[in-house]
Amino acid sequence: MAEVNLHASPEALAAAAGGDVAEYLALMKPRVMFLVVFTALVGLVAAPGSMHPVLAIAALVCIAVGAGAAGVLNMWYDADIDARMARTAARPVPRGAISADEARAFGTVLAVGSVICLGLMVNWVAAGLLALTIGFYLFVYTMWLKRRTPQNIVIGGAAGAVPPMIGWAAATGTVSLEGLVLFLIIFIWTPPHFWALALLRTRDYARAGVPMLPVVHGEDETRRQILIYSLILAPLGCLPVLIGLGHALYGAAAVVLGVLFVAFALACFREREGVRAERAAKNLFAYSVLYLFLLFAALLVEQGFGLGSSLPLFWTS
Amino acid sequence: MADEQDERQRRQRMRSLAIAWALIGIVVLFFVVTIVRLGANVAHPLVR
Repeated sequence: MAEVNLHASPEALAAAAGGDVAEYLALMKPRVMFLVVFTALVGLVAAPGSMHPVLAIAALVCIAVGAGAAGVLNMWYDADIDARMARTAARPVPRGAISADEARAFGTVLAVGSVICLGLMVNWVAAGLLALTIGFYLFVYTMWLKRRTPQNIVIGGAAGAVPPMIGWAAATGTVSLEGLVLFLIIFIWTPPHFWALALLRTRDYARAGVPMLPVVHGEDETRRQILIYSLILAPLGCLPVLIGLGHALYGAAAVVLGVLFVAFALACFREREGVRAERAAKNLFAYSVLYLFLLFAALLVEQGFGLGSSLPLFWTS
Repeated sequence: MADEQDERQRRQRMRSLAIAWALIGIVVLFFVVTIVRLGANVAHPLVR
């Protein structure tokens, strides 16, 4: 029988007892899952034709579990980095609440299970995209890019941008231009979103040896890049209107939200020292989350309630 | 030692319950999806 240390720390006792259910759920990054499911829902609702609600729910459950699997496998592989960063040191694997082997097995089962279930219940195009997303996030972003290049989240951001396409594919069985446009919006949104966070955690990333843009090229260059991406993102957000996917409500939301995004990015670009600079980066990070949520919510409301045809479409033919 | 044993058993029980509920959920989801797909085919039979 194993010897028991009566003076062991609570963490050691917890590890010996195995992870709690809540800790396994925390491994799945629930907040990221929410955003993934939300954007996939928008892709699903915006797609032409109708989908049975049960099949739609099945698709969203599989996408949620697949996103969770990617989060688990990321936390398994990055446990060494997470342990060196204040923001992530309390995650279940670096804290010792769940062993790395358990996390890897858990993530693998969820990843394989979610792809197979999506394929069997909905269609294999959506399942293939989900598999591609999980694989890209794990092998390309987590294992390859994250520790090697400051462009890590630019290229790796593609993984987080695919969910609307998966939703679209779940509803139609195909990949379309509209799905690609939604992909592009999230793809261009990702760098300024993460770089705003990186500006707040530069020391953390440097200590962990992660070559984020502010660590490698400095905070001023990061602010410049944030502004450039924001200037691309604002008009890009209006693209759905030009291809007929979005209408008056979405168009108005895209313009207002885009202008505000550039304003926050500009404030972040101007404020370079002290508390004001920190506040500007914090504001931009918080607003970037709100931006994506409101932009896609506008599309969801418009498509879900059929508002596209009842409002004046003065910018579409 | 008894506390650790109790905690280990409690966590094991909770994990087992979570797995059981997840499996039940998958079975129910597959059942309902099958009925929906079957229902659609019955409602719209193939027309030659």
